[in-house]
Amino acid sequence: AALNDGLRSQVSAALKEGRVTPAELCQRCLALIKSTKFLNAYITVAEETALKQAEESEERYKRGQPLGILDGIPIAVKDNFNTAGIETTCASNMLKGYISPYNATVVQKLLDQGAVLLGKTNLDEFAMGSGSTDGVFGPVRNPWSYSKQYKEKSVPKSHSEDEESNWVITGGSSGGSAAAVSSFTCFAALGSDTGGSTRNPAAHCGVVGLKPTYGLISRHGLIPLVNSMDVPGILTRCVDDAAVLLGSLAGHDPKDSTTIQDDFKPFELPNLTDVSKLSIGIPKEYHAPGLSSEILALWSKAADLFKNAGAKVVEVSLPHTRYSIVCYHVLCTAEVASNMARFDGLEYGHRSDMKDSTESMYAATRREGFNDVVRGRILSGNYFLLKQNYEKYFVKAQKVRRLIANDFVKVFRSGVDILLTPTTLSDAAPYTEFIQEDNRTRSAQDDILTQAANMAGLPAISVPTALSERGLPVGLQFIGRSFQEKQLLTVAKWFEKQVQFPVIQLEEVERHDSDVFQHQKSASFS
Amino acid sequence: QQVSVEVLDHLEHLALVDFRDSEGVERLQKAIQFADQLHEVNTDGVEPMDSVLEDRCLYLREDDVTEGNCTKELLENAREKVEEYFVAPPGNIPLPKLEERETFLQGS
Repeated sequence: AALNDGLRSQVSAALKEGRVTPAELCQRCLALIKSTKFLNAYITVAEETALKQAEESEERYKRGQPLGILDGIPIAVKDNFNTAGIETTCASNMLKGYISPYNATVVQKLLDQGAVLLGKTNLDEFAMGSGSTDGVFGPVRNPWSYSKQYKEKSVPKSHSEDEESNWVITGGSSGGSAAAVSSFTCFAALGSDTGGSTRNPAAHCGVVGLKPTYGLISRHGLIPLVNSMDVPGILTRCVDDAAVLLGSLAGHDPKDSTTIQDDFKPFELPNLTDVSKLSIGIPKEYHAPGLSSEILALWSKAADLFKNAGAKVVEVSLPHTRYSIVCYHVLCTAEVASNMARFDGLEYGHRSDMKDSTESMYAATRREGFNDVVRGRILSGNYFLLKQNYEKYFVKAQKVRRLIANDFVKVFRSGVDILLTPTTLSDAAPYTEFIQEDNRTRSAQDDILTQAANMAGLPAISVPTALSERGLPVGLQFIGRSFQEKQLLTVAKWFEKQVQFPVIQLEEVERHDSDVFQHQKSASFS
Repeated sequence: QQVSVEVLDHLEHLALVDFRDSEGVERLQKAIQFADQLHEVNTDGVEPMDSVLEDRCLYLREDDVTEGNCTKELLENAREKVEEYFVAPPGNIPLPKLEERETFLQGS
């Protein structure tokens, strides 16, 4: 089996027939992780436990009793999910050395199906950021920075400095997970999505990033950022794989009372051939200031693609779009102020040596443990929650949230099935350029197209569409109706098939796995 | 308008997080300015939204003990403990007042 194969269609078959063993897959991935260490995608690599899990999987295959499609499949998990016995840091000094005593529900579900947990991926500290640049373990590098496609297009400035200074960001905050999937070091990865943290890096790294409907997948064990918007995110190399992961993760969890109680039935995606009954909405407000002309053109081309295939494509309006980022800013900081209160050094995590009083110990612990971004959001959140500000800011934002959610309800009620929008304003920026602006400004800019879906709790997916002029991935986003993931993914899969996004040409991967590129498709959409 | 030192001090008390430097205070100022855009939106007659799942009934499970007895695991991650207790420094001592504690705000 090649590292580029689809889970259901190829890898599963190869494992069942013994053409490849779980141990081999695991070892290949671990070796690739080592040779792509410069990407800084992983914070912790759980080599021993992964190999052990792979061996156990192998035993099951030998007995002809695999647990399912995910049995033996190497996966990675963002480091804000609790993983029993494995360090969970959230890329923060506050949790360095913290060994979770339990598995997040989604992690447990993957392990119960035999998945092999390779390690924990890098992120922005406490998932606050849109670049995966603000964690204590350093920034994550976009694998495409080292691709033939990007190198061919970069204009060499000075000689040896090139690669070192030219590398581009992954986007964030689930950048480590996106980079891990993009560089073939795992078949799928878990991210989290509060304002676009799964879709943004997916778009920049050329992988599929799915944000499920709020309430579909359990958040138990996902260290919370914004309780009313957080969801676990799924990152894979193709839409079919995302459906496989979704099937194994979705469903009510008694440990998370915000998961809905409806029965969830895992599904296989049909191969859609007739889109004539589909109505695609193009929200005009998503033509946001700063949207690159390249992405605008791709978005337009995509709309035409649907139109030419017989679908109904209509322009729609989501009038409160430009306020969603402001609304998010207030609600997010308010919930963060509350959620970060648990970090006081008493029961887990970093603890300061200060002993004068509980309050001064807490203050010193938090002073030492949190970075500027986290502290900034906590303070802003507390400001908006002050008695004199509560109505003016927090409640006001909650009202605006309803208006934003209603915008979507109206559009979907008017007969539109799926919305098509860009995921990001441009392709990935070089790191040196990205860090010129502070985290809050960047987040406000980069989340603009993704976070209304979190506000309304809707499912959304970013699908890699084409390469930009700089040779970097660009993704487009589909937003669906609540709990209609099957329809959303079916349309996304159809689109994926039409655009034939090219495989990344990475030297490290080619060296390890020469038949990775046997399924190479030529870029036909850009 | 600028946030007063009293409010900044109050926030440091509430959050138990410090502004650290003038950049930290600037950050708050900019955040407030950004949030002020909300007031451009007419929300007359609009109810605040707590959760997108507001139309559904919250799940309540049976009041049965299904797990627990994990004292050992829970204590493992604590730095200071005695027998089965987490140890905290003395409580009921308020954070020192602005003039007496080490904070950037002192100079303002």
